Amino acid sequence: MTRINVTVDGVKYSDEVEPRTLLVHYLRETLGKVGTVVGCDTSNCGACTVHLDGRSVKSCNVLAVQADGHEVTTIEGIGSGGELHPMQKAFHENHALQCGFCTPGMIMQAIDLLKDNPDPSEHEIREGLEGNLCRCTGYHNIVKAVAAAAKAGE
Amino acid sequence: MIPAAFDYVAPTSVQEALAVLAQAGDDAKVLGGGQSLLPILRMRLNAPETVIDLGRIDALRGISEDGDALVIGAMTTYAEVLASDLVRDHALVLHKAVATIADPQIRHRGTVGGALVHADPAGDVGAPVLALGGELVIAGSGGERRVAAADFFEDLFTTAVGDDELLVAVRIPKHTGWGAAYEKFVRVAQQWSIVAVAATVRAEGGTITQARIGLTNMGSTPLRATAVEDALVGKGAGDLAAICASAGAGTNPPSDLNGDADYRRHLAGVLTRRAVAAALG
Repeated sequence: MTRINVTVDGVKYSDEVEPRTLLVHYLRETLGKVGTVVGCDTSNCGACTVHLDGRSVKSCNVLAVQADGHEVTTIEGIGSGGELHPMQKAFHENHALQCGFCTPGMIMQAIDLLKDNPDPSEHEIREGLEGNLCRCTGYHNIVKAVAAAAKAGE
Repeated sequence: MIPAAFDYVAPTSVQEALAVLAQAGDDAKVLGGGQSLLPILRMRLNAPETVIDLGRIDALRGISEDGDALVIGAMTTYAEVLASDLVRDHALVLHKAVATIADPQIRHRGTVGGALVHADPAGDVGAPVLALGGELVIAGSGGERRVAAADFFEDLFTTAVGDDELLVAVRIPKHTGWGAAYEKFVRVAQQWSIVAVAATVRAEGGTITQARIGLTNMGSTPLRATAVEDALVGKGAGDLAAICASAGAGTNPPSDLNGDADYRRHLAGVLTRRAVAAALG
């Protein structure tokens, strides 16, 4: 076992983990942060996307020990005081989900995308979300939601 | 899926990493950004006893200039390469190739050194580094040695890096002001290259004075299309089709569900023409 110190959604945690523990399993099973989901388990689908030191990563493709000393933000940590994050709000208002399984990852990646490019074209939104799969194929409204969030953030 | 259990070591210097590697020997795997290794461990295609994480060695990160060369630390991420003005100014074809790798999340973690040592023939880092005449800096117990990219890639997933050695940096001769393009043929987003072509050219008044072309997934290692490079000198946009068509000549690419070897040789010619045309602007 290896001791790690990680800040998740603003709270400091110190835990003993097996080195082979994936970050997504640490978040879900040790911390109970089940808002972050495991989709494909092959690092393709992006449903498990979280931010590590402010940048999007696939948490099924990072070991918990690699996050030692770093800061993680999950879908559960982006709203504040009962208020939805503007990206969550945009997904809500634009009906940007059907089954909702890809949504946590889509929202975390969309936030990262706007950090780099606050005013993306439709094409740039689609490219920016290429690592996130929606099997309901609700991409149309997802792209609309990200564009709306970008507009709202101007 | 969860990897088989392993011991985890996170050294903070190259010397320390080499010492751990010497002790662990064949049973160790070196962890760079982990975007290839972790899927391999999860699928249990490999089950090392020890994983040596280079992520805590700050000296392996970053991009700097050393005279006529760019020096890219092995643990520099794709995202850092894409954000670098030095790479854009002096090794544009590497920037263009790295921009096509996987997706933004993977590019935040995956590293240039990791990709080179993994040496997947369908990976997108080898061909531009080969085309640019890069040198790989390898550290071992006896110090550092440099290996030309042409000698670095030995076979599928096999490089000149020994079991007790580490790749620490890539040195790339500056190609300042050269036009560049990376033409990657895939059927769906995120896919590995079925075939890709890295082209970078220097031109005066629309006439090519120097050309470098690297091929991805046209054999067990990245390849240079040197005959096409030579034939392009003195030529312009109107001459490309006939010259570039033979870019895949003499290669032995794989045949699989994405295409057989003949189809890949055809693609290499088409993509080379497109890449050189785009590099010419």
